[in-house]
Amino acid sequence: MDSFLKQSTEFLPILAQGLWLTVLVTIGSFVLSTVLGLVWALMRVSGSRVLSGIARVAVNVIRGIPIIVQLFYIYFVLPDFGISLTALQAAIIGLGIAYSAYQAENFRAGIEAIDRGQIEAAQSIGMGWWLTMRRVILPQAFRIVLPPYGNTMVMMLKDSSQASTITVAELSLQGKLIASSTFQNTTVFTLVAMLYLCMSLPLIFLVSHLEKRAAKG
Amino acid sequence: MALIELAGVRKSFGTLEVIKGFDATVAKGEVVCIIGPSGSGKSTILRCINGLESYQGGRITVDGIHVDRSQRSIADVRMRLSMVFQRFNLFPHRTALENVIEGPIHVKREGRESATARGLALLERVGLGQKAESYPGQLSGGQQQRVAIARALAMQPQAILFDEPTSALDPELVGEVLAVMRGLADEGMTMVVVTHEMGFAREVADRVIFIDHGIIVEQGAAGEVLSNPQHARTKDFLRRIL
Ligand SMILES: Nc1ncnc2c1ncn2[C@@H]1O[C@H](COP(=O)(O)OP(=O)(O)O)[C@@H](O)[C@H]1O
Ligand SMILES: [Mg+2]
Repeated sequence: MDSFLKQSTEFLPILAQGLWLTVLVTIGSFVLSTVLGLVWALMRVSGSRVLSGIARVAVNVIRGIPIIVQLFYIYFVLPDFGISLTALQAAIIGLGIAYSAYQAENFRAGIEAIDRGQIEAAQSIGMGWWLTMRRVILPQAFRIVLPPYGNTMVMMLKDSSQASTITVAELSLQGKLIASSTFQNTTVFTLVAMLYLCMSLPLIFLVSHLEKRAAKG
Repeated sequence: MALIELAGVRKSFGTLEVIKGFDATVAKGEVVCIIGPSGSGKSTILRCINGLESYQGGRITVDGIHVDRSQRSIADVRMRLSMVFQRFNLFPHRTALENVIEGPIHVKREGRESATARGLALLERVGLGQKAESYPGQLSGGQQQRVAIARALAMQPQAILFDEPTSALDPELVGEVLAVMRGLADEGMTMVVVTHEMGFAREVADRVIFIDHGIIVEQGAAGEVLSNPQHARTKDFLRRIL
């Protein structure tokens, strides 16, 4: 135990660098996936066949390719087309795109759960499509999608470790690097796991709180 | 010129024709009640008038504007007509007052201050001055429907369409909503009211239109149609509903 604490004080500052990258990747890709997911979802419910078709194809393509392959594509293939990104940028964009497909399905379900009467009431006071979305549908859908939205954030926090496959030294890769140079596997990976839990458990509790509140109506 | 004009209007859902050639007019200041059995096309015709549904044949004009959902002019039509729904359709995430001023502020771009003053006055008028800050979920059905009427009035429409405004209410709450509608009629508001409240139709309506299976069976002065119906189908319907 003594040595665990001693080693911890030694490893934690290095792990903190990885932790910082994990937070960056998670938040960056979470924001991007939210914006993109909202775009896909709005295209799906736009009433335009073309837009809805494009969004459906895009979402299915994204869902059909493993995240790790999408990351490789953005980091290793795009430079051939003159688009060079840093590993961090590629990780944020790749995970953001990959998760936008799941966000889109969640948002669309939320939007479609709103009673049609709401749309008609909005239209009958002269609201156009966008105003109806912004003032009437999305605020109500927001409450519905919030719990699954929180779950997605938890998954993205964990999946940010996939950024290690394109050399982003986030928390898990940083741990692996320390472990392989010090051979203190137990200490290092216990610390890494605990650090993930410190971030994910509060989120998980928040989600279950939101779910309970939503169930009460 | 009539405010609302329907000429030979036809509407189908897929292969099912539900409006089979409607001719009717509503003059400014007139109160017209549409009566008829469930499924006869009453809601559909109202929804065609303000463009919530498209229609396949004939022509509807409102204040001289051709009602066509695919045109930008549909916004002009909706500025002239408000609608009150059977199930109220208030915005549950906004207070009574916010429901009322939503359209004026965001559609008509009226200043918040003047919209709020008008909104409060309208809530006062429907007897809900005390409930401005309540959410729809905290109000009774009758109160919600009165908020919905205030919301319709806030757009300063030339006419209001009512689709069975009291059908979703407990019997003891019907009166308060009808009283508000009666007040509007007295002030000269143009109204098209789909209703099963024959007492209201008799007392308030200038004209009654009886429809069945998507056709206008008979229309005329309220007293005439209700007291002295000419058609067997009208007689039969009135006997069953009274
Ligand atoms: N969206 C729809 N799709 C298919 N059929 C519909 C739709 N809306 C109404 N109908 C049909 O049209 C007919 C008239 O309906 P409606 O106008 O609601 O009647 P009412 O209001 O007089 O009860 C009914 O047969 C109904 O089943
Ligand atoms: Mg109806």
